[in-house]
Amino acid sequence: MASMRDIKRRKTSIQSTQQITKAMKLVSTVKLQRAKTRAERSKAYFNCMYETIKGMIRRTGHIDHPYLIKGTSDKKAVVVITSNRGLAGGYNSNIVRLITGSDLDKKDVLIYAIGKKGRDTLKRRGYTIQEDYSEVINEPLYKDAMEISETLLEAYSKQEIGEIWLAYTGFKNTVSHIPTLIKLLPVDDTEREEYKENNPVGAIDEGILTDSLDGSKPAGSHSHSVGAIMNYEPEETEALELIIPKYVASLIYGALVEAVASENGARMQAMDSATSNAEEMIGTLELQYNRARQGHITQELTEIIGGAEALSS
Amino acid sequence: MADDRAFALKIITPDRVFYEGEAIMVELRTTEGEIGILKNHIPLTCVVAPGILRIRETDTEVKTAALLSGFVEILGDSVTILAEDVEWPDEIDVNRAEEARVRAQRRLDEKADTTNMKRAELALQRSVARIEAAKK
Repeated sequence: MASMRDIKRRKTSIQSTQQITKAMKLVSTVKLQRAKTRAERSKAYFNCMYETIKGMIRRTGHIDHPYLIKGTSDKKAVVVITSNRGLAGGYNSNIVRLITGSDLDKKDVLIYAIGKKGRDTLKRRGYTIQEDYSEVINEPLYKDAMEISETLLEAYSKQEIGEIWLAYTGFKNTVSHIPTLIKLLPVDDTEREEYKENNPVGAIDEGILTDSLDGSKPAGSHSHSVGAIMNYEPEETEALELIIPKYVASLIYGALVEAVASENGARMQAMDSATSNAEEMIGTLELQYNRARQGHITQELTEIIGGAEALSS
Repeated sequence: MADDRAFALKIITPDRVFYEGEAIMVELRTTEGEIGILKNHIPLTCVVAPGILRIRETDTEVKTAALLSGFVEILGDSVTILAEDVEWPDEIDVNRAEEARVRAQRRLDEKADTTNMKRAELALQRSVARIEAAKK
């Protein structure tokens, strides 16, 4: 049996770890609240944007716009949103696994990394990191998303990349976060390829437009009026040209906001279970310590009595 | 005041719902020129150019804002503006806008090959729209 001092030392060490995990949990709870309100506030915009684009593409039918047909390049740009810090349970590794597990070919993939953890892991696994926007994830702004989408679209129109994908963690609620991989461009209404770990049947609607938490009807409630003949000014192709970049930017921004909420949710959960694990370990060690202490006392007593008996006899 | 000329107007930005309410007329600038929207306009989607947005709530009450980019979707009795960038006059920093205007103008005047003319032009339009909206 370990000595009393060893057990005590171990217990103190676990106690201080527990204090850290507890503090981290509190911090991420606060951050989660903030990120959640932000994600909810911006949801209206994305619902509306998504509905509009979907409606537009459906109404315009098949037009040969470069944004709607596959580029000639085999390269695929993947925007990977992870966190800059670890200790968030499976948050980062789920995203990495989503990419390594998908049928995107490693040598065709160009990673546009947002988040250091994902960037480093993917780099180690031999993926090409094209750009790194890791500082963005701390406080995502719409302007950042616009910049990223501009870079992507420029490469896309130069035919350097043929497809644009987005990998992020969707925020459904505080405890359920869904790693999601979606194709941004070319917009393809007939066969949207979808990779979802938990929910392979889920349509894109659930990824970007996770159920509006406040229950209010989505801003895109006018979607029933699909039948109406929509006019475009400027005409359709040109309008698409102008609107699609906004669409890409808004999807990236939406993914960023949701990912931040998910990150903090994941960290909160991880830290919560770490705290309760520590609690459990401290309990076990306490028991061991008391037992060792008792054994020690008993032994000492036996020794004294034995000594006294030896003297008196 | 319930007005039968009124229609639902909603202006959404990525960060907030900027405006939600009824209006009898909305005026704004699109890439094709200025338009004014009344109730029962034909369904129309158009792309916003930087300019001033006027929301006529009643005959006497008009709200203005600087609408800088986004697009508008008009569907009969409802108008939705998906704005990437829109500001009320009191949110505008006039000094900064003025500075941006000078900078953009300078870049346009230089006409260097490296400058992106389209972008500089847009920046100029944006700053002018901001300054004008703030003056109201």
